[in-house]
Parts: sequence; C-alpha cells; structure tokens
Amino acid sequence: MDRYRNNAFAIDALVRDTEVHRDVYVDPEIFELEMEHLFPNSWIYIGHASQLAKPGDFITANIGRQPVLASRHTDGSIHAFYNRCPHKGVKIASEACGNTGKFFRCPYHAWSFKTDGSLLAIPLKKGYEGTGFGNAQANEGLSRIRNVVVHRDFIFAQLNDNGVSFEDYFGESLSTIDNMVDRSPEGKLAVVAAPIRYMHTCNWKMLVENQTDTCHPMVAHESSAGTAVKVWKREQSDSTETPMAVQLYGPFMSPYEFYEQSGIRIWPNGHGHTGVANSIHSNYSDIEGYLGQMVAAYGETRAHEILGEVRHNTVYFPNIMVKGAVQILRNFIPIAVDKTLVESWVYRLVGAPDKLYERALMYNRFINAPTSIVGHDDLEMYERAQEGLKSNGNQWVNLQRLYEAGEQADVTAVINGTSERQMRNQFHAWAKFMTLDMDKRVEAAE
Amino acid sequence: MITEKTITDFIYREADLLDTMQWQAWLDLFHPEGRYWMPLEWQQQDPVLQPSLMYEDLLLLKVRVERLAGERTFSQKPKSRCHHLLQAPQIVACDPAAGMFKARTSYIYTETRGDVLERFSGWASHDFVQVGDGLKIKLKRVDLVNFDAPFGNIQLFM
Ligand code: FES
Ligand SMILES: [Fe+2]
Repeated sequence: MDRYRNNAFAIDALVRDTEVHRDVYVDPEIFELEMEHLFPNSWIYIGHASQLAKPGDFITANIGRQPVLASRHTDGSIHAFYNRCPHKGVKIASEACGNTGKFFRCPYHAWSFKTDGSLLAIPLKKGYEGTGFGNAQANEGLSRIRNVVVHRDFIFAQLNDNGVSFEDYFGESLSTIDNMVDRSPEGKLAVVAAPIRYMHTCNWKMLVENQTDTCHPMVAHESSAGTAVKVWKREQSDSTETPMAVQLYGPFMSPYEFYEQSGIRIWPNGHGHTGVANSIHSNYSDIEGYLGQMVAAYGETRAHEILGEVRHNTVYFPNIMVKGAVQILRNFIPIAVDKTLVESWVYRLVGAPDKLYERALMYNRFINAPTSIVGHDDLEMYERAQEGLKSNGNQWVNLQRLYEAGEQADVTAVINGTSERQMRNQFHAWAKFMTLDMDKRVEAAE
Repeated sequence: MITEKTITDFIYREADLLDTMQWQAWLDLFHPEGRYWMPLEWQQQDPVLQPSLMYEDLLLLKVRVERLAGERTFSQKPKSRCHHLLQAPQIVACDPAAGMFKARTSYIYTETRGDVLERFSGWASHDFVQVGDGLKIKLKRVDLVNFDAPFGNIQLFM
C-alpha cells in the first residue's frame, strides 16, 4: 500500500518544528520518492571539471536512480546527458571516468554520438529511410540534461526543468566552495586521484546530519581521537613539535564550549556550515612557503582573509559536504533506504606546496576511510540508529536543541554552534524539495 | 644468521599474533621507524602524495591497538576477530651483506564481528631490517586485490 505517493500532505507531516518521523530514515517508499522527487528537484554535484581535462574525457554519476554522464566536447564545453543509448537504452559509459576519443560508441549496435551528445552515425543508415526517424526522439542523440552549471569547476546538474535556479538554490552558500578554490595561489583545484569509498549500512541523511552535529565528537570519538591524544601525551617524551597526525586528530576532543562558540551559519534551502568563528581546523601549523605564495598572489589583506576562513563542515543540501580548510568533498550517495556509498574526494591546490596535499590526504584517510578509526566511531552510531529506529516505543527523532518558537525557515543566520537548527533547516528543505513537483491539490482534499 | 626460513617463520608468526589478538607482541615486531601501508592504487609508488587506505607509523598503530581495548570503543562492542590464510611467502631478497630482506605473501583475510563476516584477498609485502640477530618490520605493505571497492569498517590488521 502506498502511504506517501501522491500525498504531499503526508510527506509534509513527517517534519515537525522540532521532530522528524522515523519513516524519513527507514521507509522504503519514502526512499523511492526521494529518488523520484527530492534528487531530481535539487542541484546535485556530479564531478569536477579537472576530471574532464581533455576533449573526450567523461565522468559518470547518478542523480537519484538515474545514471548520468558528463563529457568535455572538442570545443572545450562541458555537456551532461542521461547515460543511456537512444536506441535500446544501453548505458553508454560504464566506468567512473575515462576518455572516449572523438565520439561515444554504443557497444550494442554501434550507434555513435559526438561528445556534445548529438547523433553522429548509425550503421546501415538506409534502414531508417522513409521510417520517419527524423522525428523520433532517438534522432536527437543522447538525451541532454538542460540544467548544468559549472561553478568554479564544480559541476552541478538539476534534472527537473521547472525547479529552482542554480543561483536561487545555492545563493551565498557558494562562498565555501569559492574559499576552497581561492586557497590555491592560482585559484584552481585539481582532482588527481580516485576518491576513498566507504559503504555505510544506514540511511544517507544520517551522514548529512552528522556533518553539523557538534555534540557527538567528544563523546563518540573519545575512542579514536581521545586515544590518539592520550597516547601522544604519554609517548611524546621530549619532542616539541606536534606531529601532523596528532594535529588532525586532537581537535575532535574539543569541549562543548569550543563548539558552542565556534558557531553555525545556516542558509536557505538546507545549506549551512559549522565553524564560523573558528573550527577544528583553526590551529594546524603553517606550511612552509604557502603564506608567501598566497600573499604574492592575492596581496596581504586578501590572503589573510582567505586563510582566515576556517569553516569546518559545509553541507550543500541534499548530499555533499565540503571542507575548505583541507580541500575535501564528501559525496553521500544513496543506494537504498539503509545503504549509502560515501565517496571522499581530495582536491589538490594548484600551485601550492605538496605538504598541503599530503595533509589533505592524511585527513581523508584518518577520518573518512573504511580503515579510519574516526569513521568507525560514526558508522557504528549510524548502524545502531538504523536498528534502533525500528522501535515503536517512540516514532519521532528529536531535533529540538536550542529551538526557539517562531524559528524562520529559509533564512541566513549565525547561531550557537551546538544548535540542531541546521538539521531542522535541512528537513525544512527536505519537505520542500520532496513535494516541489507534487500535486498539492491532494492537500486541499484532506 | 638470517636465512630464508627466518623470514618465513617471522611472517607466519606475525599472522598468528594477529589471529590470536596478541597486539602488543605484534607491535613489538616493528622497527621504531616501521610503517604499515595499505595503498589505494594499483602498484602504487608513493604513500604520501597518492591516497592510501592506511599509512601508519608506530604511534598511530599504538593508538589503534589501545583503542581496540577502550572502554568507550563502541565499534568494538562486540569485538572483531580475524583469520589469516597465507600462501608460502615468496622471498624477494635475503642478503645479509646488503641488509636486504624482503618477502611477498599472498593471502586471504577474514574479519568478523557480530553476525557479519567479511573476506579480503591480497598480497602482503614485508621489508625487514636486521636488529641484533633478529628481524624487525620496516614496512608492511598490504595490497588488496579490490583496494578501490567501497568497504564497510575494516577494524583489525591484515
Ligand atoms: S542499444 Fe545502443 S546502439 Fe543499440
Ligand atoms: Fe563524527
């Protein structure tokens, strides 16, 4: 029995001011509707332009359940398509990335397509003469995704042609991506390696929420970060320098007061970030030569302004998190209601010392890997939540911390860093983009 | 005198210490400058400027070992166990004059926790240094056949 399909009212009712119903995490029908509505209605990150360096380079991704493909055309432009052949639907590109040469060729009957998606050739073309093929959708080649925006090399796509514009969707929140790019003395990032991949047996939203959950690190990560600090204190003997590893682990153990005053900023449409005043990334030691390069590139004032932004986690609703200070993007890719693939990408700051890339890679394997002890702490909690939510004793998840009556949705604000308001912000956006293209007349009939 | 048998015995003993969870004795097999490396690329050359799953010095390995027993290590309640099935190690170098001792061992590794059992296949490469009349690990490199697959938690040592 469908309880939620074609029922915007029922979906809206899952999100209250201070609580969300467990069905948002555990109900397979809700998950299907997220794939059909939430993801196509949102702007989704599909890759970085540096992965499409040369003409013919391509990357593949999924938006919701739909396979998509982006490529670099001979004239340098970037195009995105649905990844299916217009003939009988075969997936055109099956690898995560590659170079297709001058054209895509379907492996089934060899229809071929230019790298802008247009139909190049069909074998035995005569067989289509007089069939009216000129008017068939197949004659247009690969179905194009019309809404593609490349913002400072970050490629976003939106499948719904009647959705919110890119500018309206992200607004000021793009400042985190801008800051991450500006950290390169050349204003350029590059993907030079594959991501770390990590499978989570939990709902994708648990990971997204966790990015701005500042009341868990000192508790859940006592086992990893806490042990790292303890072992270092014992073993450091006469060493004066804190190793990079300990600098990365240590701040996770900061007390509540630290997170309270570091602050959270929320933006409309579910975006927001932790680490406004300072963050766990604030006190990494300087990397030799880097500040000099930044000052030479941007001038003294601007260089300090760029490096002074130490935002911790920025959530771009629905499913990515960007960490500017260590050049990481985590993509939370929904697979099933209780299964999420995490891909953690590290960007190289073009023109910056190697040491920065080394630190970013180290952070990524310390925190975001299946072999990361910090990651083990978090995943254990998500899995226990996925289990615990089966309980009927209480069907609501509480997100009430620092709630104020009359809280405005879709606003920009800076708040106490231990607030759960960013999670409330996300769920407001969740209900909005879930139901954006649903027939709301049903609601009137209720 | 270090012989090929010394190397082979060392590798079998190392696997046994891991399987029997004698973590401290396992740590003692490492040279103070030793490293444990799990690459994330095929035939990876650089552990520092290419991404890895693990690249740990002794301090970080100690953190892991100490964490396994921690009172608040929730991902170890219940505890994990592991099993190594090794092929006979291939001796790559055994040259006492040059101080070169290397071996490569093909293996199947099983890690289990609760009702879940995960299996991994790969190759372990050992680089040793001679200390006194014995060996210490300078580098243990663990190459999984499917290093690029999305795994769940891998909590122990391969
Ligand atoms: S399915 Fe692609 S050419 Fe036939
Ligand atoms: Fe965490």
